[in-house]
Amino acid sequence: MSQSIAITGMGIISAIGNNVAENYASLLNGSSGITKISKIDTIHRDAIMVGEIDFTNQELESILGLTPENNYSRTALLAAIAAKEAVADAKIADIKSWKTGLISSTSVGGMDMTEKYYYDYLENDTHRKYIEGHHAGDTTQKVAEQLGIEASLVTTISTACSSAANAIMFGARLIKSGKLDRVIVGGADCLSKFTINGFKTLMILSDTYSTPFDENRKGLNLGEAAAFLVLESEAVMQAENKKALAYLIGYGNANDAYHQTASSENGDGATLAMQKALAVAGIAPSDIDYVNAHGTATGNNDLSEGRALIRVFGEPRVPDFSSTKAYTGHTLAAAGGIEAVYSVLALQHNVIYPNLNFKTPMKEFNLRPQTVLKHTELNTVLSNSLGFGGNCSTLIFSKNP
Amino acid sequence: MKQVFINGIGSITAQKTFDNTLFLGEIISYENDVLPVIDPDYKNFIPPAAARRMAKGIKMGVVASKIALDEAGLETVDAIITGTGLGCTVDSEKFVSALIDNQEAYLTPTSFIQSTHNTVGGQIALGLGCQGYNFTYVHGSISFESALMDAKLQLENGEASTLLIGGVDETGDHTIKIHKLIGHIKKERVKSSELLDSKTTGAIFGEGANFFVLSNQKKADSYAEVQALKTFNTMPLELLEAAANEFLKEENLEIKDVDVLILGNNGDVSFDMYYEALMKGAFKNTQQAYYKHLCGEFYTASSFGFWLGCKILKEQLVPEIVLLNEKQVANLGTILLYNQYRGENHSFTLLRKC
Amino acid sequence: MGDLKQELKEKIIEQLNLEDISVDDIADAEPLFGEGLGLDSIDALELIVMLDKDYGIKLADPKEGKKIFESIDTMANYIAEHKTK
Repeated sequence: MSQSIAITGMGIISAIGNNVAENYASLLNGSSGITKISKIDTIHRDAIMVGEIDFTNQELESILGLTPENNYSRTALLAAIAAKEAVADAKIADIKSWKTGLISSTSVGGMDMTEKYYYDYLENDTHRKYIEGHHAGDTTQKVAEQLGIEASLVTTISTACSSAANAIMFGARLIKSGKLDRVIVGGADCLSKFTINGFKTLMILSDTYSTPFDENRKGLNLGEAAAFLVLESEAVMQAENKKALAYLIGYGNANDAYHQTASSENGDGATLAMQKALAVAGIAPSDIDYVNAHGTATGNNDLSEGRALIRVFGEPRVPDFSSTKAYTGHTLAAAGGIEAVYSVLALQHNVIYPNLNFKTPMKEFNLRPQTVLKHTELNTVLSNSLGFGGNCSTLIFSKNP
Repeated sequence: MKQVFINGIGSITAQKTFDNTLFLGEIISYENDVLPVIDPDYKNFIPPAAARRMAKGIKMGVVASKIALDEAGLETVDAIITGTGLGCTVDSEKFVSALIDNQEAYLTPTSFIQSTHNTVGGQIALGLGCQGYNFTYVHGSISFESALMDAKLQLENGEASTLLIGGVDETGDHTIKIHKLIGHIKKERVKSSELLDSKTTGAIFGEGANFFVLSNQKKADSYAEVQALKTFNTMPLELLEAAANEFLKEENLEIKDVDVLILGNNGDVSFDMYYEALMKGAFKNTQQAYYKHLCGEFYTASSFGFWLGCKILKEQLVPEIVLLNEKQVANLGTILLYNQYRGENHSFTLLRKC
Repeated sequence: MGDLKQELKEKIIEQLNLEDISVDDIADAEPLFGEGLGLDSIDALELIVMLDKDYGIKLADPKEGKKIFESIDTMANYIAEHKTK
């Protein structure tokens, strides 16, 4: 089962850009997308900062050419746009030309609409069309419809913050097993009162720009985004004489089994996930050139992830690492997807992004993230996505198969 | 390629299925629009410190998985893969209604934490101390089948040797109300036995958890082998029969090789035609069975159909209560399951006697 | 103070859904977290909300809760000193 997994297309929409090129430009310029929230009416508006996408829902519907009868939640709108960009980027003329599947992920699903019309549904039928759009799978069905994927393997994963990374992992497994020739993988989440309030109750939201891996970090900024990759098998690459943007060479998922929301202080789950990914890739820790960390800037995550990095690489040999969440916010289910796109861009352009807003190293260990943009040859990038319920995932990308 | 065997099952449904020694002997008939579950004594399985936070779905999932593991004689597994259509509905409803009712003030974290879709998988892992692979699939009526597919691939590829998979969904008051308003749930109460005669739109809803231990090791008391599985996000009615034929052909089988066809008819006149197409068409001479009159409709109800298939193959009998057509004397060796919900997310699963 | 302590015990049992525990099972000086009653970090967050909702005391940093919630005694003392409701 040594089939290589080629990445041939990418699509993304986030607080720092509406497509791959715009996101990349922002990363290079150090332009973060973190602001006060504007589109959601919440009492917490002055107590939080978020990575919000500029487009209104109407504008997104217009981009997709949807009729007014549509029942797309904001999550579905973002997902459809990013997925379409990925398929176009992969230059797929006929989606049916190979066995093609779609694995998406989300935690919000249609909750942004449900929370708006929760009691309204009981009073009149004006907005009842959104009821069917609530469940996570419906978001993915809409993306499949947008892409013209019919009678195919389409499914959705929801494992909190590791969701999109897990979607990418399952997609790879399906190609390696021969079930699919190519697969569109990724995830989407929009901002919602539900998640804003949920994270507020956990007291892990910062009221200012988040500072990953900083001693004085105060918590995370939530974000919204969608990102998809197109993965293709060797057979397709050969038949179509295609060139890969990069390859997915390793992946691993493990569980902390420690506590419902907190990561174990020694980063057990993250350590296991990274070790598994390295084993699948058949490479040593020293082969990793850059780690795109999960780095949410919560007290718990950065400590746990930092310790895990030390356990896997050895403190003096932790590779250059940074978290890009100070740019985009923590986009929940989409995080693993947008950071996969950023990892591939890093490989393509040989660049390591700065970990914005960093001032003071954490006292628990001797780790400093990369704080300025660094141009250096990269062959292998590791990306972490660590979530609630202790669900930890690692993906490893490489220039070579 | 390694084979996939079912070595333990745990089921909590509207029938008394949590006792593995029983097989639909005593049937509970309902005349409801939403079927309630027959609960085991959760206190026997879950310590109060943990149970105090758990809504129904989590309790069902945790206990069903424990029953399955006990039967398989295992303390832990290599991986845990769950499927759920709506996730933790009760906690989601609690949190949304609290946030609206209190205008975002004085909210507490428990129901938010419990509402994430992967809570059941996470809680099971916590209880077992299992640090292995842990995924949750949330794709409507193929949520369970997606979990099964992932597990099957891992076993076949040698990535894992034992896995726990399951399907779980719970009903929530508000969710039921709004699904009634849009006609997904029947307006009228229907007798279980008359479900398919109702000829009205909507289904009778239910909830439940069905968990299974899968392994590449066959044991003397294994239930069955999972031979093949295929899912489709959409399926035009006119292509269904051809898809079934092709699915069997890929396994070097024909329609006549299928001993029992287990179908997910739910009494919704708008969508049961998919099942009728197979019943009256290519499979008209096959023993046919259904199960949603016993458990109700929910996104992961097909996990109960899977339970039924396992039980039939192990006990070598098809209970009268599930028969759709005349009982046939047959060697019960191969079972085909087919399910869809509201015309979407279709699945074929092939089980073999082992 | 005795009334407040009784009230706190009742609230804790209700808020944290401690079905098997009665007011008499909670000793005033008994540790609430870790050993003793065995509450955890999620419970701490619940109690922080309770402090705000029922006594008008706002804690900005969850870490402050550690000292305050050590036992019924420490909770009652803190509330008596700081409450605004």
